[in-house]
Amino acid sequence: MLKNRIIPCLDVKNGRVVKGINFVDLKDAGDPVEQAKIYSDGGADEICFLDITASNENRDTIYEVVEKTSKKCFVPLTVGGGVRSVDDINKLLNCGADKVSINTAAVENSKVVVDSSKKFGSQCIVVAIDAKKNGNKWEVFTHGGRNNSGIDALEYAKKMEDCGAGELLVTSMDRDGTQVGYDIDLMSKISSKVNIPLIASGGVGNLDHLVEGIKSGKASAVLAASIFHYGKYSVKEAKQYLESKGIPVRT
Amino acid sequence: MNVTIVDYKSGNISSVINSFKEVAENKVKIEVTSDVSKIKSTDKVVLPGQGSFKSCVDALQSIKGLVDCLNEFVMNKKKPLLGICVGLQMFADVGYEESETKGLGWISGKVTKIDNQNGIYKLPHIGWNQINIVKGSKIFKDIKDKSHMYFVHSYEFVPTDKNSISATTDYSSKHVCAVEKENIFGTQFHPEKSDKTGLKIINNFINL
Repeated sequence: MLKNRIIPCLDVKNGRVVKGINFVDLKDAGDPVEQAKIYSDGGADEICFLDITASNENRDTIYEVVEKTSKKCFVPLTVGGGVRSVDDINKLLNCGADKVSINTAAVENSKVVVDSSKKFGSQCIVVAIDAKKNGNKWEVFTHGGRNNSGIDALEYAKKMEDCGAGELLVTSMDRDGTQVGYDIDLMSKISSKVNIPLIASGGVGNLDHLVEGIKSGKASAVLAASIFHYGKYSVKEAKQYLESKGIPVRT
Repeated sequence: MNVTIVDYKSGNISSVINSFKEVAENKVKIEVTSDVSKIKSTDKVVLPGQGSFKSCVDALQSIKGLVDCLNEFVMNKKKPLLGICVGLQMFADVGYEESETKGLGWISGKVTKIDNQNGIYKLPHIGWNQINIVKGSKIFKDIKDKSHMYFVHSYEFVPTDKNSISATTDYSSKHVCAVEKENIFGTQFHPEKSDKTGLKIINNFINL
């Protein structure tokens, strides 16, 4: 039976791990290579790096981080943030990333998703969707949550599947950093609309939120940062809790 | 001893390289090449594969003499080869991803899309799943039945020769996730991304 995945996410800025509260007020929380190794040894099913300020700043530091991490972690490594082109994807994959997540570039030019999934295979192309509620729908935001594209998130999710995305990483902008739980409505609506796996992100504050993300949000995988990062829970505790709630996990 | 990872531009093989180097330490030489003369003289070959069945077969064929060299290595010299993911799928006679494409024909069978049962099962099959070991395979030495392995694929290998099946996994139906036929080994899952258990499989292959 396929297991639901727990993915600790490390937000990286200038080669260091940070985690924002609603994308601002960043705190430093360590070395990404060491953190990733701790997580993979602790049973993380996958590691995610998001180079959060990459759209604006020099991002060459991330390549070095990926290269070092991939020599130490033998679980899948997903890297995103500031990925603009097929060439950027190629570079990250060559450094040892197993999957690359594309956000702004996919909104601006879906051909990047089409071309990269053809060239490298859908298995390594993750489309990251930052969505914010507006009335009774959700809109897709770009540039680390700064710009509203006005695009309907549900329609966009379907389009990205058609373009060749292998997975969707859906972040609720309203919930990110709040620790009040995933936007379950958003997750379940997108998951029901597409036939590719969904990774839920944004808002985890406790282990019940992970359970909700999978059971009600219909997510194949749950991503979280703060709860693991500041030692509130270990990945192992999270897995034990999910298992006690009848969710299949790798132990 | 030399273990050669075939670099035929089939997508990202850095994780395969990293994992083999980690396991080999400095005791075994890990070589990454598409040079046919080097592959001819090596002791073991690893055939990775990402992307579609067709793109991998096309990439193999675009390197002059490579397919003949691999055929000779496997079928005549009977030296060990490990196929990973699409690397395993290419053992088949034929694959149906993108368009009907002839495979290497080392283990008869076909590669078809996993039945998602009208959307009940999401594709690709991504994540950790347990393997059911159905026969003792040399690369499964000290690997427990029901071990978790990391998968990412939408197509499955359906061999005609059921004796070649060494493990299955359950997703939509029971599908083949590892094969062994004499000197030919293959895993649909990614041992290079399957944590310590995966590295053990790589170690078993290196130590054959």
